[in-house]
Amino acid sequence: MAETDTSDLRQTPLHDLHLELGGKMVPFAGYEMPVQYREGVRAEHLWCRQQASLFDVSHMGPCFLFLKDGLGKPGAHERIAAHLERLVPSNIAGLKPGQARLTVLLNGEGGILDDLIVTRLPDASLDGMLYIVVNGAVKHDDWARIERELGDVVSLQRADDRLLVALQGPDAESVIAPHFPEAVELGFMRCAHVQKDGERYMISRAGYTGEDGFELLLPSNETGLGLVKTLLDDRRVKPSGLGARDSLRLEAGLCLYGHDMDASRDPVEADLAWVIQKSRRERADFPGAERILKALGEGPAERRVGIRPLERAPAREGTEIQVDGEKVGVITSGGFGPSVDGPVAMGYVRAELSAPGTPLELMVRGKPRPAEVAALPFVAHRYKRKS
Amino acid sequence: MAEDWTMHPRYYTREHEWVTVHGELATIGITKFAAEQLGDVVFVELPEKGKSFTRGDDMAVVESVKAASDVYAPVSGEVVDVNGELEGAPERVNEAPDADGWFCVLKIADADELKTLMDEEAYTKFCADEAS
Repeated sequence: MAETDTSDLRQTPLHDLHLELGGKMVPFAGYEMPVQYREGVRAEHLWCRQQASLFDVSHMGPCFLFLKDGLGKPGAHERIAAHLERLVPSNIAGLKPGQARLTVLLNGEGGILDDLIVTRLPDASLDGMLYIVVNGAVKHDDWARIERELGDVVSLQRADDRLLVALQGPDAESVIAPHFPEAVELGFMRCAHVQKDGERYMISRAGYTGEDGFELLLPSNETGLGLVKTLLDDRRVKPSGLGARDSLRLEAGLCLYGHDMDASRDPVEADLAWVIQKSRRERADFPGAERILKALGEGPAERRVGIRPLERAPAREGTEIQVDGEKVGVITSGGFGPSVDGPVAMGYVRAELSAPGTPLELMVRGKPRPAEVAALPFVAHRYKRKS
Repeated sequence: MAEDWTMHPRYYTREHEWVTVHGELATIGITKFAAEQLGDVVFVELPEKGKSFTRGDDMAVVESVKAASDVYAPVSGEVVDVNGELEGAPERVNEAPDADGWFCVLKIADADELKTLMDEEAYTKFCADEAS
């Protein structure tokens, strides 16, 4: 097993707790993170689908972006939205107070630099401020880009010194209710900004497992740590590592940046065209709009799809996809889905081969193995939507 | 167990395979240490019967939820039997890595190669060093 030098890695505020809980620590996105705890990936994955799991995601990039002038004044949200919309293709202006939306940061060619969640703060006094969470592995690049492009009119305040945890699973709501009654009222992709005992909390009804749940931005002091420990003391909650986070998001058909999409892919190929709302398509004013609108109109050359290996062997990232001995695509995420109880994957294939049921062959260790295009998600989402 | 092959002399590699020698045959598996490191085994690709390997060749693949890992031939030889049960029950590798989770049996080509492997005492020390 490869030895890795961990001396340059950062630790999250929960590091000691991970070790106490038997976390197996690995390098990830510049941090030492638990890939699993004592029970292992499969048990952690299944627990999340049945009860509730707590994930440390403090390696990610939460931040606040706010107007340098006019915060809380009439029209402040529209103004900061107009600035951010120069970098992303989603309708940020149309966000209601407390509403969150998935979007993508684009380069000038329409390639995806990252995916991110943008939330409009619910407080009227903080209109003109957005809460943004970007991926850990590229957070420094993202933030540098935002500051370079928008720094004359907005300020970016990093919040990655805080604790960011995800509580996911069907029991998440009843677990969190006694601590944050306001969380229960939230629908999927809605956020509450709670101030309690002198501390501030961002509570978003969101996550990346396909299950109902919450992401909590907490202070990285004794209060925040104490809350995490209290949540873990609940018998319905177990800690879960990056391994289960990956298998859960793969079964849920959710993209992992740097794998299922990167700067070489546009949102249409990545099957993320839904993040580009109608108003933005009409205005065609986002980076790479020409390429993206062309792909929307004519259809992309390749498309991200779900792929179901028909035998037991998992097909990992990088596996070549063939039809009749000819390369037609590549697997970008692949492994074993504990809830599906079989191998699952995602990858890119030529657009004409993207219909569910299309037979494919996966070249696993030089041998073709039968597979087919599968509808995503592999496991139905169980988000709690409220109007 | 009905069969007592597990009682025969056992050797170990630095890659955490074990080899139990019975006459000219060697039963091969991965150690408890390796199985624990891998986590839940979900698939095992076994070598084909009749195929020959040189010591150190990729011989089998063991896949956990997370990743695929190669299993190397601890000694040179020809595959004379494989544990077909692992196809339907790969979890045997976690449950009983030292016994029911065996991978295959090789007909040993060069018994001298066994001298390069560790005995149980040396392997236990090797694992302790690796874990620290």
